[in-house]
Amino acid sequence: MSQQKKPGWKELAIGDILPAGTAEKFETGDWRSERPTWHPERCIHCLFCWVNCPDTSIIVENGKMTGIDMKHCKGCGICAKECPVKPDKAITMGPER
Amino acid sequence: MAKFVAKTGNEAMAEAMRQINPDVVAAYPITPATEVVMIFAKYVADGLVNTEYVPVESEHSAMSACVGASAAGGRVMTGTSSQGLVYMYEILPIASALRLPIVMCEVNRAISGPINIHCDHSDTMAARDFGWIQIFSENSQEAYDSLIQAVRIAENHDVLLPTMVTTDGFIISHCLDKIEVLDDKDITAFIGKDRKPNNSLLDLDKPTTLGSIDLQDYYFEHRVQVAEAIKNSKKTIIEVANEFAKKFGRQYGLIEEYKLADADYAIVALGSTCGTAKVVIDELRAKGIKAGLLKIRVYRPFPAEEIAQALSKIKNVAVLDRADGWAGQGGPAYAEIKAALYKSKTPPKMINFVYGLGGREIDKDQLAHVYDCLKNIEQQPDVQYLGVRE
Amino acid sequence: MDNTVEIRWHGRGGQGAKTAALLFGEAALSLGKFIQAFPEYGPERMGAPVASFNRISTEPIRLHCSITNPGIVIVLDQTLMGKVDVTEGLPATGILIVNTTDSPAEVRAKLKLQGLKVFTVDASGISKATIGRDIPNTPLLGALVKASNLLDFASMLKDTEEKLAIKFKSKPEIVKGNIEAIKRAYNEVKGE
Repeated sequence: MSQQKKPGWKELAIGDILPAGTAEKFETGDWRSERPTWHPERCIHCLFCWVNCPDTSIIVENGKMTGIDMKHCKGCGICAKECPVKPDKAITMGPER
Repeated sequence: MAKFVAKTGNEAMAEAMRQINPDVVAAYPITPATEVVMIFAKYVADGLVNTEYVPVESEHSAMSACVGASAAGGRVMTGTSSQGLVYMYEILPIASALRLPIVMCEVNRAISGPINIHCDHSDTMAARDFGWIQIFSENSQEAYDSLIQAVRIAENHDVLLPTMVTTDGFIISHCLDKIEVLDDKDITAFIGKDRKPNNSLLDLDKPTTLGSIDLQDYYFEHRVQVAEAIKNSKKTIIEVANEFAKKFGRQYGLIEEYKLADADYAIVALGSTCGTAKVVIDELRAKGIKAGLLKIRVYRPFPAEEIAQALSKIKNVAVLDRADGWAGQGGPAYAEIKAALYKSKTPPKMINFVYGLGGREIDKDQLAHVYDCLKNIEQQPDVQYLGVRE
Repeated sequence: MDNTVEIRWHGRGGQGAKTAALLFGEAALSLGKFIQAFPEYGPERMGAPVASFNRISTEPIRLHCSITNPGIVIVLDQTLMGKVDVTEGLPATGILIVNTTDSPAEVRAKLKLQGLKVFTVDASGISKATIGRDIPNTPLLGALVKASNLLDFASMLKDTEEKLAIKFKSKPEIVKGNIEAIKRAYNEVKGE
């Protein structure tokens, strides 16, 4: 357990009812042991990666894939697995450095 | 105008629900509580209330839907009994942990098995450790009055706990009785037109997360919040009862004493048995026997100090439990009253009677027999099963 | 307790014993009494013997136990006699009211009764003639008021008519038939 001072029961929000969207503050990107690389020149913007990403880490703007949110991507590799582009996929996995 | 009408316990509860006019009712009917939600569903169909009625496929879903609707900020009610309450158990502590002021009409009925539809307190007693306020009713009038008070108690921001008001199955739920029904407008004024939630799942400007995981470093604090809330709810229950008495004339408390102050022999009981006990007490007193009653109206929070204070003056006490604790030491009320008296300097001599399981008759003769046993309390076993065949 | 009268209704599932107790309770309440009405609950089977109960008092009723020694017993179906101990717990000063074409003396002889005030009325015949169906419970209300003197008949009749008028808004002939049935039973019940 962390040694930092945590709030007591009188200070905590009752019923553990918290503001929504706090997952954004939790940077799960540092859990990664494998790292996706996006190859925009091969991408067909089918958004299969966006549909399948369990961490909503595929960044899409105006209906087009524009990159990966590395602060939250856990490196699971589902995006690379699901990418239908052949012969070389538009997302590939490599070791995290 | 308030008026006197004939209502069964179930009809009285349904009438209170109509006047409370909750935002959402989610329920699954079960004997002997069926009529509560059946009559209310008719009120919904007839447009007498503004309620969204959710006819779910099980009590588990009923309580889950209540949790969702209450988290959305609604005033939410339900009704159930016995196996239905048991089927809700998984969700009951979530309702209290999320501090959702759901109000439930619970009709006390034996839990299976063997299967039985009649009254005892085993269903409600088994739900006593889930962070719900529990209020027992001696008759239909008390059920009606307590249901209205329950809304105020549950929704009070110092409390914010779900609350169940119980009647005794068939004995009260299906007994037509004379009750005073208050004016709709007075009820609305008493409880407030709408619930005023601190937050709502439907508030898009202030979105919230509910039910997030809460591990070693936070869970304990949130449980202590519930412990504090139920402890402090005593104050609110009394305040609401006093305000109710001032407005409508009927006074309630955590406990009720009947001819207890000077009693040599006292019984402690909950629910409908208390009415019969009062008649027995009057008859015994006419014969010069100083008999008395301590009725527990609010079982959660447990009024330990109030009970200890009331009983410390009495010599011989019998606690009547309409449920066994399956602990080899009698019923739950007995165990908790013994604990409440642990620090008393003048504790009474005390014995326990487990009675009325599965609707087994409890009549005047049996209650008179209990008072008789108190005359030679030293010769009595610690726990007896009243009215059971050997 | 001296101010409380306890009543037991015997019938068969579907004959309206429960409804009779509820109707009588409501009528008594309207006339200023404290009341209880409750059925004996068991498996609900059409035709099986059932019972229901009333307590009528001038004081608030606190008892919540069964009625074992009623002052008045009403039998909706004469075929129950001999199969069910309809006089169980009834004291010698009690009142027995039976829906039958027999005379009180005949009922007394059949059941070998001693003591008791026995009343008979052809409630089934009356209900067939007035309502068109064999529903003996409403006429028996009239017989009960006559035999027991518990309520003022005119007031009770007026109250019941008002209640039925609300319940059967679209069928005034049902209200008329029921009221006629109660009146006839009140007038035709014989006692000794």
